[in-house]
Amino acid sequence: MAQAPVLPRGFELPLEPRLPRIGSVDAVALEERAASLAKRSIKREAKVFALELAIRMIDLTTLEGQDTPGKVAALASKAIRPDPTHADIPSVAAVCVYPNLVPTAVARVRETGVKVASVATAFPSGQSPLDAKLEEVRWVVEQGADEVDMVIDRGAFLSGRYAKVYDEIVRVKDASSSAHLKVILEVAELGTYDNVRRASLLAMAAGADFIKTSTGKLPGAATLPVTLCMLEAIRDVYEETGRMVGMKPAGGIRQAKQAVQYLVQLHETLGVEWLTPDLYRIGASSLLNDVLMQLRKERTGVYQSGDYFTLD
Amino acid sequence: MTDLERPRGGVPAPKDWTYAPAPEARDVVTLADRYGHFVGGEWIEAEETYTTISPATEEPLAEIGQATPAEVERAVAAARDAYDDGWSTISPSERAKYLFRIARILQERSREFAVLESLNGGKPIKESRDVDLPLAAAHFFYYAGWADKLEYAFPNQRPRPIGVAGQIIPWNFPLLMLAWKIAPALAAGNTVVLKPAETTPLTALLFCDVLRQAELPAGVVNIVTGDGATGAAIVKAEGVDKVAFTGSTEVGKAIQRELAGTGKKLTLELGGKAANIIFDDAALDQAVEGIVNGIYFNQGHVCCAGSRLLVQESIYEPVVDKLKRRLATLRVGDPLDKNTDVGAINSKQQLEKIQELVAVGEEEGAEIYQPPCRVPEKGYWFVPTVFTNVAQSYRIAQEEIFGPVLSILTFRTPDEAVEKANNTPYGLSAGVWTEKGSRILWMAERLRAGVVWANTYNRFDPSSPFGGYKESGFGREGGRHGLEPYLQLDDSEAFGG
Repeated sequence: MAQAPVLPRGFELPLEPRLPRIGSVDAVALEERAASLAKRSIKREAKVFALELAIRMIDLTTLEGQDTPGKVAALASKAIRPDPTHADIPSVAAVCVYPNLVPTAVARVRETGVKVASVATAFPSGQSPLDAKLEEVRWVVEQGADEVDMVIDRGAFLSGRYAKVYDEIVRVKDASSSAHLKVILEVAELGTYDNVRRASLLAMAAGADFIKTSTGKLPGAATLPVTLCMLEAIRDVYEETGRMVGMKPAGGIRQAKQAVQYLVQLHETLGVEWLTPDLYRIGASSLLNDVLMQLRKERTGVYQSGDYFTLD
Repeated sequence: MTDLERPRGGVPAPKDWTYAPAPEARDVVTLADRYGHFVGGEWIEAEETYTTISPATEEPLAEIGQATPAEVERAVAAARDAYDDGWSTISPSERAKYLFRIARILQERSREFAVLESLNGGKPIKESRDVDLPLAAAHFFYYAGWADKLEYAFPNQRPRPIGVAGQIIPWNFPLLMLAWKIAPALAAGNTVVLKPAETTPLTALLFCDVLRQAELPAGVVNIVTGDGATGAAIVKAEGVDKVAFTGSTEVGKAIQRELAGTGKKLTLELGGKAANIIFDDAALDQAVEGIVNGIYFNQGHVCCAGSRLLVQESIYEPVVDKLKRRLATLRVGDPLDKNTDVGAINSKQQLEKIQELVAVGEEEGAEIYQPPCRVPEKGYWFVPTVFTNVAQSYRIAQEEIFGPVLSILTFRTPDEAVEKANNTPYGLSAGVWTEKGSRILWMAERLRAGVVWANTYNRFDPSSPFGGYKESGFGREGGRHGLEPYLQLDDSEAFGG
């Protein structure tokens, strides 16, 4: 069983003034900074750039009890070619589905460049035995999922059993072998930005390729301040270790305008190096059509009715 | 790098993402070619004029009157007439009515004022739009509320107005400083002769239009423009009962000498060299935002700017690294662009002063850092600057630069932080960044500064008094305290309690 390193005779103390320190987050100032970045005015070619980038970063998601192979197949087709009337509109990054629907999604997106992401580890609550979670992870990877979106054990985290959370992420990382691991913190359940920062650092230390805000199953999912808080943790890890960890806000991003705000925040916090779907994803479903509508408006100068965009 | 370090997928990041220009439209502002002085509710022709420009482009904007002593006398006489003719005795709720009107009109016309403020002063439109204008309106609202409650503000002290207030304001927050001066003076029942700064007269002149719109009785507020000579004429004018000045310590001292023995009341809000103190337990990323806001807000043209950064030595390196990284994202340029973070230096004279002190800093041995940054060729610009390796004895650690220049010093213990922070002739403001509530209180008790911000910086509210210790001046503006300099108060004993 993987574990945090055990130190002989004693406990670990930070002996250098190094980053990342767990430290703390000032909520008022964090929210102020996020609000000020959200006021950037992104126009014309800069806006088109952001909208196209946003499409390439979308994890097009359906996570419902009522999901069927037919629904997932339709979603996958939309992911590959979001706007059939404009072939130059890029594909989204991935489709994100429940484990049972991975085979359908994989069959549909084969050799298109679109990835399949699967939630796992008893999503969304994570309240299952570790072995069951690991088995689920192995299964989705065997079925061809390229990416695994796991949830952390919030019960363990909130009761201070950080080693358990850490340990579980290490085990899941191991079980997901070559698949990309996104670790969902479910920020709405963590309660404070201090906790969000702590959980972000914990997940990155345990090997997360991405950290992700939310399951999308709770109100109060991704927000600009909470995403900024996570980006700052990513920045500290990068500054100290050179390791580039990805970020995925998910839940509540429905409008193109919001997507642009998230990208501005990313750009001005982590820099242009992070403006790639390798390092940033937006978990969303209805966002895509709004971005398509805005792009068409930028091209033609007029808004078109919703009937001109497919509902999948 | 190991395979852990490099992201997989191989979608390259773009080289850059340039934001397209997003200029605020200028056509909301209509300027006259030539302005006179606003005296007794009318415009009077100015005998002499000078040209006011946009510091971002050096483009001339209008001809402005240079008020002579005779013109100042005329304005003071108009203010005296208005005072005697009813303003001092009308019902206080009537005075409140006019102040409420002014506040509402400022809100309604805020876009116009914000554009003009940025055009004439060089500050970024996002600051004039989000800070200067809302605060100016809030100030009028706040003091409107006090106008008919003065007896509750100063119980048993029989508050009465003083008379004619001569007010001289600086160029860093032209309209906001006007609001800070005019609102309490009027609420208390005084009349006013105000002179905006030489380089930034336009919003004060546009404000005259607001006064007319609000139907404020003629002569209650008179605006004369000009340079220091006009200011001196206001200070000397016989009919002025109270002088309020915001500006440099040097001029403040000269005013104080001039007024000694005259019986005129005086308040001064002068320079500062504030310490922004970062303890090792502070929330670092937010503290860095606070540092940036403390010194680069309004190009550092802020009397309470956090121009000395005191960092606890144990976190010196991460703080400096984070700060330098953040500096590289500041957008310097066209003040009217909505994405501009740092605008133009207010005047050629100020730019030269900043350049001189920065050169001194380099000679003294401090290490200079400026982010790579292209500034327009025309206009007055100075790239945001950080000095490290600064000793307490350097001029850049002692003198007010009044520009986007930060000097970084270190400390080891809270005692040393207090000692260094207080070791300056100034005492206007200070910032403390720590997660420890008890330490905030401990520091606030010991810092000799009129304002101490905790885990924030440059935050203003009309209900909060503002003013200095030592060479930063005396008297308070804002809050209930801000009424006091505009009132005569009798102590209760003299009137039998």
